[in-house]
Amino acid sequence: MSARPATTAPAPAAATGSSAVLDAAGLSFAYARSGAGFGEVSLAIGRREIVCLLGGSGCGKSTLLRVLAGLEAPAAGTVRFLGQPLARPHPRSALVFQQASLLPWLNVFDNAGFGLDFKHQPAADAAARKARVREALAAVGLAAHERAWPAELSGGQAQRVALARALAREPELLFADEPFSALDAITRAEMQALLVDVVRRWHAAVLLVTHDIDEAILVADRILLMAGRPGRIEREWTVGIPHPRDAHAEAVTALRLNILSALREASATGVPPSPTPDEEPST
Amino acid sequence: MPATLILPLLGLALAAALWAAATLLLANETPILANFAPAEAFRALSRLAIDPVMWEHIGVSLQRVAVGLAAALAIGVPAGVLTGVSRVFAQATTPLFQFLRMISPLSWMPIAVMVLGVGDAPVYFLLAFAAVWPILLNTAAGVAQLDRNWLMLARSLSATRAETLFRVVLPGIVAHILSGVRLAIGIIWIILVPAEMLGVSAGLGYFILDARDRLAYPELMAAILVIGALGFLLDYGARWLYQHWLHKG
Ligand SMILES: Nc1ncnc2c1ncn2[C@@H]1O[C@H](COP(=O)(O)OP(=O)(O)OP(=O)(O)O)[C@@H](O)[C@H]1O
Ligand SMILES: [Mg+2]
Repeated sequence: MSARPATTAPAPAAATGSSAVLDAAGLSFAYARSGAGFGEVSLAIGRREIVCLLGGSGCGKSTLLRVLAGLEAPAAGTVRFLGQPLARPHPRSALVFQQASLLPWLNVFDNAGFGLDFKHQPAADAAARKARVREALAAVGLAAHERAWPAELSGGQAQRVALARALAREPELLFADEPFSALDAITRAEMQALLVDVVRRWHAAVLLVTHDIDEAILVADRILLMAGRPGRIEREWTVGIPHPRDAHAEAVTALRLNILSALREASATGVPPSPTPDEEPST
Repeated sequence: MPATLILPLLGLALAAALWAAATLLLANETPILANFAPAEAFRALSRLAIDPVMWEHIGVSLQRVAVGLAAALAIGVPAGVLTGVSRVFAQATTPLFQFLRMISPLSWMPIAVMVLGVGDAPVYFLLAFAAVWPILLNTAAGVAQLDRNWLMLARSLSATRAETLFRVVLPGIVAHILSGVRLAIGIIWIILVPAEMLGVSAGLGYFILDARDRLAYPELMAAILVIGALGFLLDYGARWLYQHWLHKG
């Protein structure tokens, strides 16, 4: 379906002097009006790594994602993208939101290609842009719907177009903020599998914000647990379970219980718990 | 014939019958009113329909509508966008706009003629002044209702101001602008006829006064029918444009 090779050797990390696509140190943020935001956060996302940011409602996941994507400036700390300090959204990053937010006056093809010809995007001639959009739409299974209008699409199809719009930009890093939470369970499962498949083929890393533990376990290479107010990253798990993960029920269940207990602990104390539950001092 | 056509036609026929009955009754006391009967009007209309002078009057009036609407769009859309994006501008101008909006545009006629002179210019001014408000207010409402995610998308693409305006904001408010245009056309068409009764020598408003002075009452009634029919068609066109745009979306 795609011109891209399905399997590849790891990219030469030395190109930028670092193996991280994104590198954030000492970040914090507070909204001027409410004072809400997040506390000190440091994290790195490796090339082609799928990182899930998991946490309860209101702990600042979306805010952190916007700061990491360069949409908001942090109060303190720095974000580096491919080694360079980030001042505005990087042309090699792309965003997918909870709502597909397609532009209703453009058809599917033009929606998927939206923004490729903007001034601050990498220059590419019209033919190359067209090829990229075709490839992205084919990858999400919508090649036959190029001429359709957004109003004619189902919610799942619209979100596929939004994913294609991100892929067409050939991102190094895809930011996704609860991209599947507005979909029904069956469509969501399809989309989770599709996401893992296409980002592998596109060699993209992903930062996926979710409050669905199962989603995180199904797709993530690494899970970050965010909790507290203002939120911080409390725990981190590296997920070594091979794909497809539904075939490894035991390992999945064990990890799930582990995450659940960490979540419970974080919400019970409201303060940073110690890194492992067994080290908790008894009262 | 579809039922959706029968009832409207029946309504029109009933109105014509009432019109005929009224002129017949009134003509008993005031014989001159017989000139206003539907039969006379339609006879005059069929004569005027092949009269190039009448078409010239229609052309002049439609051109004034176009110029007035274009001027209202040129002022109303930018001002509406500014009202939609700038809280300061909105707060500073809202009471002023609401105040100006409530003044009948025709009140400005004497001043407009003094400043702009006799001729087309004051008519354009009055039409644009009348039509700018629905366009401005609808544009501002459209900007306020823009999907925040579209703006976030534009920012994530590092869109320039011009790119955001022309690729996201303006296309995103076309439906609102078009419904403002539809209202504006209705207002312009109503203001046009009295505005053309002052200091111009062509157009449908002028034609009505001229017909009166020539005592050509059937032509006067025919002109009223033409004004109604053209207004209906203009509104129909504006509605079609609006729905056409929405269908696409
Ligand atoms: N534009 C804003 N101005 C002021 N406060 C805000 C703004 N956006 C979010 N907040 C507040 O910041 C905190 C974090 O919000 P954020 O949307 O990042 O949380 P979240 O973890 O993504 O939650 P959810 O899971 O519900 O999406 C919340 O308390 C929220 O009320
Ligand atoms: Mg959120």
